[in-house]
Amino acid sequence: MAILYADPFDTLLNFQQALDAFRSSGWLGASPSGRGAYPPLNVFRQGDDLLVVAEIPGTSKSDLQIQVKGNTLRIAGTKSVHYGEKASLHRRERSTGSFDRAITLPVEIDADRVKAEYHDGVLALSLPRAERDKPRSISIA
Amino acid sequence: MAKSQALEVQEKKEVVSQGEQTVPARHYIPLTDIYETEDALTVVMEIPGVEKENVTVALENGILRIDCRLDFSKYGGLEPLYTEYNVGHFARSFSLSNKIDQQQINAQLDDGVLTLTLKKAKEAAPRQIVIN
Repeated sequence: MAILYADPFDTLLNFQQALDAFRSSGWLGASPSGRGAYPPLNVFRQGDDLLVVAEIPGTSKSDLQIQVKGNTLRIAGTKSVHYGEKASLHRRERSTGSFDRAITLPVEIDADRVKAEYHDGVLALSLPRAERDKPRSISIA
Repeated sequence: MAKSQALEVQEKKEVVSQGEQTVPARHYIPLTDIYETEDALTVVMEIPGVEKENVTVALENGILRIDCRLDFSKYGGLEPLYTEYNVGHFARSFSLSNKIDQQQINAQLDDGVLTLTLKKAKEAAPRQIVIN
């Protein structure tokens, strides 16, 4: 699906427009979702492997649970906000609660080599494609 | 039951500014909670993906302005396949009353959450007048 040309991200606006263009991508399709659509995910391709990025500010590693089986990925956890006891709230926009989302990817993943990182509120999952799922190149005799 | 409330997705809102931004990219408004305790006003903003060095907090003429830049170099070499949210710089400003001590603002960034503690100005201490 290489509609992106060399160095498409040289300006920020191009990158943002590229992200917008893939909003209606049917790549993921319908999938069983544990509960709701939080957190919103972006899926990127990095060579043969997938990179799933989600923004979940305000949780900690211990509050997140990530599971992979076959081609299903599950991200669950809780996001909490603490106010302190004698606080009077002027404005409240942040949400708190628990989330549990399962998505079915169209490619199979090697569960043993999945790497997850959580920095600055961004969860990045590097999902390598399973060896047996990779296509075989056929050479023409 | 109250504990396990499912989170809903909040779409990012774009900044609507008076003049155009110099860089034609989208800026987003970070979700903010503001609460007041006895001695301080606390502003908590969600700015995922932003590192400490890229946050500017400025207080001028009673307007608190927060500008955060996202480092896009980590998105280089990635091809989007499916997206549900967009990314961009964050900006938001608030006007503060003069009850805030402008010299003492404490800022902390943890896990994409920026917490600004603005201490309230102490009222002038009452003077004791000694009678000769």
